[in-house]
Amino acid sequence: MKIAYYPGCTLKTKAKNLETSALACLDALGVEYEELPRWNCCGAVFSLADDDLIHMVAPVRDLIRVQERGEDTVLTLCSMCYNTLARANDLMKNDAEKRKTINDFMDEEPDYEGNVKVVHFLDFIRDSYGFDKLKPKITKPLTGMKVAPYYGCTLLRPKEVALDRPDNPQVFHQFIAALGAEVIDFPSATKCCGAYQVLGAPDAALQVSYEIISDAVKHGAEALALTCPLCDYNMGKRQDQMFEKYEGAKDMPVYYFTQLLALALGIPADASHLELNRESARELLKTKSMI
Amino acid sequence: MPIFISTRESDDQLRKKVMEISGQNFQQCYQCGTCSGSCPMADHITVFPRRIMALLQLGNRKALEEANTPWVCASCHTCMVRCPRGIDITKVMEALRLIKLRQNIDHIEPKKLKPEQVADMPQIAMVSGFRKMTS
Repeated sequence: MKIAYYPGCTLKTKAKNLETSALACLDALGVEYEELPRWNCCGAVFSLADDDLIHMVAPVRDLIRVQERGEDTVLTLCSMCYNTLARANDLMKNDAEKRKTINDFMDEEPDYEGNVKVVHFLDFIRDSYGFDKLKPKITKPLTGMKVAPYYGCTLLRPKEVALDRPDNPQVFHQFIAALGAEVIDFPSATKCCGAYQVLGAPDAALQVSYEIISDAVKHGAEALALTCPLCDYNMGKRQDQMFEKYEGAKDMPVYYFTQLLALALGIPADASHLELNRESARELLKTKSMI
Repeated sequence: MPIFISTRESDDQLRKKVMEISGQNFQQCYQCGTCSGSCPMADHITVFPRRIMALLQLGNRKALEEANTPWVCASCHTCMVRCPRGIDITKVMEALRLIKLRQNIDHIEPKKLKPEQVADMPQIAMVSGFRKMTS
């Protein structure tokens, strides 16, 4: 059966390199998928107010799109979409009162009971595809490349939707290890990059992102692998601002996890759109003879 | 910063409102400070989350309104997963933001953002930022 795939807004514009590389990987792994028709923006953040149900309508509507196709799983790539959809699903499943209010309000849609499973590409590979099945498909292992997996917040917190233990996650480590790279474990792997505070408190966000990169450098990382387009913005694109502000700031190549997977699977580099990454990301791959 | 404690200064309405919006009982906080020690924005907030909880227990509206904490919080949920009392502090911060936003007091002005500042910015940054900081 084909798996329903939810891209989200950013993957169609600023993070094309995340989408194209991931879809090329799914093709190479023989996973059948279909982009969800008529998907809408999930709202990017889950509403944290008890009395705010209107912001549940957008993610729930996406989940209804999955349900009406008779599918039971939706695959996400963007960490923020994953978190928002998974939490909305959790609410619809476990809170009878709110479920009724939302279903009554969305009277143009069929009722939704929270029966779709929201998965992220990482736990899909771990739980449905399997690292054991993945390993033999790696034809160009990232041997000798020291990669630090950076989880960020939304794949791990809150624990109801966590892909792994929030305090000591392993799934991204296992993923990077399966690609043949050297996994660099560093304490800031689950620390927040500042997220949307790039709008409200941009200097604060820059500093926390800089601290994460510095920590990765200190632990010997040559590159950072991440899953979220907002983390990529804060820690990838904003590195130029770090060089201006912090003495000794190092240029850290940043990749989406699916770009590294695509390269390791031997998929031509065009699919990964590395021109959207930092120049240092391309240079590092050249020195490792990966492109 | 000394806190002046007085029953006359205690704003019970605010305490009730925060409890209602967040669904969290901040009275349960026993001031261990795990949240403050976990906060990635600790260098940038004027009042640590532990103290926000104390100020809420006291109903000190003035001190709470002066704190930039809810506006620098990035909703990373680290305090929430570590709180030994099971309080979702992230929801408390959201309630403090919403009390302002629901009076149409925005924290950021989208039209004041410079085009070059947002040119490369991913949509999720703007959608989430506007959701958290505008009414």
